[in-house]
Amino acid sequence: MATWIFYILGAVAVVATAMAVTRRNPVHSVIYLVNSFFALALIFYLLGAPLVAAWEVIIYAGAIMVLFLFIIMMLELSPGEEADRQGPGPLQWLPVLLLGGALLGCTLLLLQLDPAGSQELPNWYASPRDFGYALFHEYALAVEIVSFQLLFAAVGAFYVGRPASRKERSGGER
Amino acid sequence: MPEWMVILLLIVAKLGLIFMVLLTLAAYLVLAERKILGRIQLRPGPNRVGPFGLMQPLADVIKLLTKEDFIPTQADKWLFLLAPGLAAVTALLTFAVVPFGPPITLFGHEVPLVVCDLNIGVLFFLGLSSLAVYGMTLGGWASNSKYSLLGAIRGLSQLISYELSMGLALVPVVMLARSFSLTDIVMAQADVPFALVNPLAFLIFLISAVAESKRIPFDLPEAENELVGGFHTEYSGMRFGLFFVGEYINLIILGSMLTVFFLGGWMGPFLPGVVWFSIKVLFVCFFFIWVRGTLPRLRYDQLMHFGWKILLPLSLLNVILTGAFLLWRQG
Repeated sequence: MATWIFYILGAVAVVATAMAVTRRNPVHSVIYLVNSFFALALIFYLLGAPLVAAWEVIIYAGAIMVLFLFIIMMLELSPGEEADRQGPGPLQWLPVLLLGGALLGCTLLLLQLDPAGSQELPNWYASPRDFGYALFHEYALAVEIVSFQLLFAAVGAFYVGRPASRKERSGGER
Repeated sequence: MPEWMVILLLIVAKLGLIFMVLLTLAAYLVLAERKILGRIQLRPGPNRVGPFGLMQPLADVIKLLTKEDFIPTQADKWLFLLAPGLAAVTALLTFAVVPFGPPITLFGHEVPLVVCDLNIGVLFFLGLSSLAVYGMTLGGWASNSKYSLLGAIRGLSQLISYELSMGLALVPVVMLARSFSLTDIVMAQADVPFALVNPLAFLIFLISAVAESKRIPFDLPEAENELVGGFHTEYSGMRFGLFFVGEYINLIILGSMLTVFFLGGWMGPFLPGVVWFSIKVLFVCFFFIWVRGTLPRLRYDQLMHFGWKILLPLSLLNVILTGAFLLWRQG
């Protein structure tokens, strides 16, 4: 039963992602991508990691894609308006195809060599409490480094987006 | 009757009951809001349909169903049709994790008074409330009208901003209850509700909840004297009705969440749990209506500044203080 559900979800994820890549209308792409994230979240749930599934929905579908949507709407592309320029040619597609091909090849090789997966899933995949414990004990240093990186990013964004000082403003007028 | 059939019937009965109660309550909340607002503004409110205007929700539904369902020519048809459903469904689904009473025993089976007691219930609530943005945004964009688009953009940025402080206000609650499950959170408040233990988190969550419900003083997405109707300007008939009902279901959900996280859920003396839960939820809904009748609308930049420069730092500080307090109490 679980295998069948997995195949259905996998097909949904692949088709939705393909649709997201090929749609001309950016808002439609966003909606397909959100669907693909939902399918991925359910696959995580199926693998016994409900916490990761919840975060997939909250962070990717609920926050990041909403920001994408926000930017698209700020650009004021109305529903009737098609993007008027030509799509990317074969030369632009080539790097994507190479990278994607390499990824697919690695995945197939991995599946061939080790179909069952050699490691058992650790306990903290499922329980929020164990997950928090593992995060702040075993991986405390990594968590701290990443959080500092986020702090730098926030400070950087604040600096770039600061209101222009009086000197710069008068320079612009000249 | 076999064993599994009894269990199945109990589950179906519970789901049907919750669905009915939620929709009826949402319909009558509209009437209650109009009545209370009327009283605040020294007028009687709707009182023509039935005794005391009690049949007004029914009349409204008949009116909405028989109205023309209008689709603007340049609109994105599918998204336009889909968006109101999205708004209503995300609001309804959230109720799945709300425990509204202690478990009861029926026909020899223990029936928990919650649809699904997830061990990540808090995250489920936050996830669905972040998805609730899509209905409004896609509806506003698909209408292809400048008022709708402006309303949708405003709503989007407002909801993103206030979701952060709402989520952070829940962190102290989770720390105090030591669980993500809503049932466990209620159980942890058997002695003292968290509103008294951590009043700052309660206040932050209350303000964010009003902002999440897109009501006065935070009703910028549908400010009718600037944006006509905001994101639902182009909607008519029952599709507008779905947005409308979704909004009131959302109000009940936020009331239930405030009750579960801060007011002690179904806990209370003398009366049965379900009654206490209903009283608390209805009181929170009354409070929301009261606020709407009392306060003026904020300006847009005030709204953003308040969210990012006051509420967010305050909720972060509260997380640190609560953590320090818990460590100190442990010794």
